[in-house]
Amino acid sequence: MGQYAIRRILSAIPVLFGILLVTFILARSIPGDPCKSILGEKATVAVCEKFARDHGLDKPLPVQFAIFMADVLRGDFGDSIRFSRPVTLILVERLPMTIELSLTALIIAIIIGLSAGIISALRHNSLVDVATMIGANIGVSMPVFWLGLMLAYLFAIVFKDTPLWLPPSGRLTAGLSATPYYEVFGWGLAKGTAVFKFFEFFANLYIFNSIITRNWEVLVDVLRHLFLPAVALSTIPMAIIARMTRSSLLDVMGREYIRAARAKGVLELNVIAKHAMRNALLPLATIIGLQLGALLGGAVLTETIFGLAGVGRILFEAITARDYPIIQAFTVVIAVGYVAVNLLVDLSYSYLDPRVRLE
Amino acid sequence: MTVAQPEVAQLPDTSLVSKPSSLWATTLRRFLKRRSALVGMGILSTLILLAIFAPVIAPYDPTQVLIGIEDVRKRTAPCIHLLGCPLDQPQHLMGIDGNVRDQLSRVIYGTRYSLFIGFTTVGFAIIVGIILGAVAGYLGGWVDNVIMRVMDVLLAFPSLLLAIAIVAVLGPGLENALLAIGIVSIPAYARVMRSSVLSVKVTEYIEASKALGAGPLRILIGSVLPNAITPLIVQGTLGIATAILDAAALSFLGLGAQPPTPEWGTMLGSERNQVFTAPHLVFFPGLAIMITVLAFNLLGDGLRDALDPRLSSGGTGQA
Repeated sequence: MGQYAIRRILSAIPVLFGILLVTFILARSIPGDPCKSILGEKATVAVCEKFARDHGLDKPLPVQFAIFMADVLRGDFGDSIRFSRPVTLILVERLPMTIELSLTALIIAIIIGLSAGIISALRHNSLVDVATMIGANIGVSMPVFWLGLMLAYLFAIVFKDTPLWLPPSGRLTAGLSATPYYEVFGWGLAKGTAVFKFFEFFANLYIFNSIITRNWEVLVDVLRHLFLPAVALSTIPMAIIARMTRSSLLDVMGREYIRAARAKGVLELNVIAKHAMRNALLPLATIIGLQLGALLGGAVLTETIFGLAGVGRILFEAITARDYPIIQAFTVVIAVGYVAVNLLVDLSYSYLDPRVRLE
Repeated sequence: MTVAQPEVAQLPDTSLVSKPSSLWATTLRRFLKRRSALVGMGILSTLILLAIFAPVIAPYDPTQVLIGIEDVRKRTAPCIHLLGCPLDQPQHLMGIDGNVRDQLSRVIYGTRYSLFIGFTTVGFAIIVGIILGAVAGYLGGWVDNVIMRVMDVLLAFPSLLLAIAIVAVLGPGLENALLAIGIVSIPAYARVMRSSVLSVKVTEYIEASKALGAGPLRILIGSVLPNAITPLIVQGTLGIATAILDAAALSFLGLGAQPPTPEWGTMLGSERNQVFTAPHLVFFPGLAIMITVLAFNLLGDGLRDALDPRLSSGGTGQA
């Protein structure tokens, strides 16, 4: 197990290096001058030269890449050109929003997708099965941004003045604020330090923050705001998980050892939960890992529609404004997160399937 | 010679014994048995007809502004005579858009763009993917390593984000969006091709072709490609669905087709702020995207089951 894990982690290093290189090249190839796009078209040559010197843009590209690499390894992504603030601080503000959104969407997708898939497989060819599969086919074919807009219209306009009304945008109702837990608990943290950023990151996970500070009003408000974007984002993974669970479980249920388990009198519930599901889970782990990438892509669209200040939105805005440090930092964080999740999925195989360890 | 006659007559009646059916006949029969595949095929045929005959079917020109031609205001809700819309008003089944154009005509013309986007991006990705996968699998060694690591890096980025970044480099526009989506879809096909090459490379019939003096290109085209074609077709059909969705998303964000192009994603994107006042302008283009993508997904699943029963339905091109 240990050896397998080490081998697997080492093989991710060239990919991580490639990610840094691609990110750097892409960010630098975006046409247009960051000086002009930040300071305006009227910026003089002298002003732009100073701007380039301040942001290290006057050095040759390989040198810029080496500096970038060294900085990333130290966890320093520089200052945003547009906001003139440390990128890590912006990450700490924006990343939790996207994590909260993606995780909520993934949890909805897993709970509904898994149960729908299991019911479909157990009632194979029944009305429920057919309905689930039609639903799943429609689910994977729906544009996330369209579903998001339609849900917003349905819940904000059609259900207006009913208990079903839900806010169509934002993260919190104006006037409400989520006091960070470190302030509630009276921890004197110096702003800007690494320790502060660490704690601030968790404070920006509003669900987590409102639960540990027992601020139920904020919690309910956050969940109400999160519901529509999370549902919109969850449809595609939900449909894929439902289909995968169904086909995987159908495949396993036809095996000899299931018959053997039934023959020796194992309770049907245990046959499904212990004997069948464990084997059916293997391909599901891969699919769920792969969905995370799709979720992050979908997050750009969902955040745009629901006016949420998350990673996807800021990355999209940074690309249009040529804010290199932000583009680089956020792309690296997303891609590294994606690689890490798939690494975890691979490692979970060796837990789920002991044969993988021997490979 | 008269002996031969009765012998022929004694041959078993071929109408009673099933003919040894070809691969394609078996495939077709299996395909036709699947209702969902037929539905997909039906929708797609309709869409292709709509695309070809758009000028005949569409009641208006998709870019024609109706100010001064008809008494309509911008973002008017659909007017359908059968559903009680006054007969003296001009009929617009999907309403009027923000620039006072007939939405139905625009949606019909949009079929052309969507199908074009799907086929060109996937065509591009399949060709490049086949070449890269074949080279990697056939040559092996460091070439294989370099190509597949580059593919790994491409796969490490969420596809839509990578496409956004590529479009940002190339500049917004339909062609660049197509190229970006094409590039991000290459790895899937390269992987399929490479694994086919690897599995076939060691077989005896390849050894035999080599012994007969066949060159690498001939072996790849003559012996390896036919083995890889099944998974490539399936992957390609499902890939078209994903490509259409991604292209619509890029256009929605303003990075793809530019107005006044009647592209569904663009139409949706330019009217999205009006969703609360004129939901029909968002609803119909999105519905069109969904139906088109659904057709390719159903068709892809049907083809997979028909071409290779071992690959039962499960994942989709979305992954």
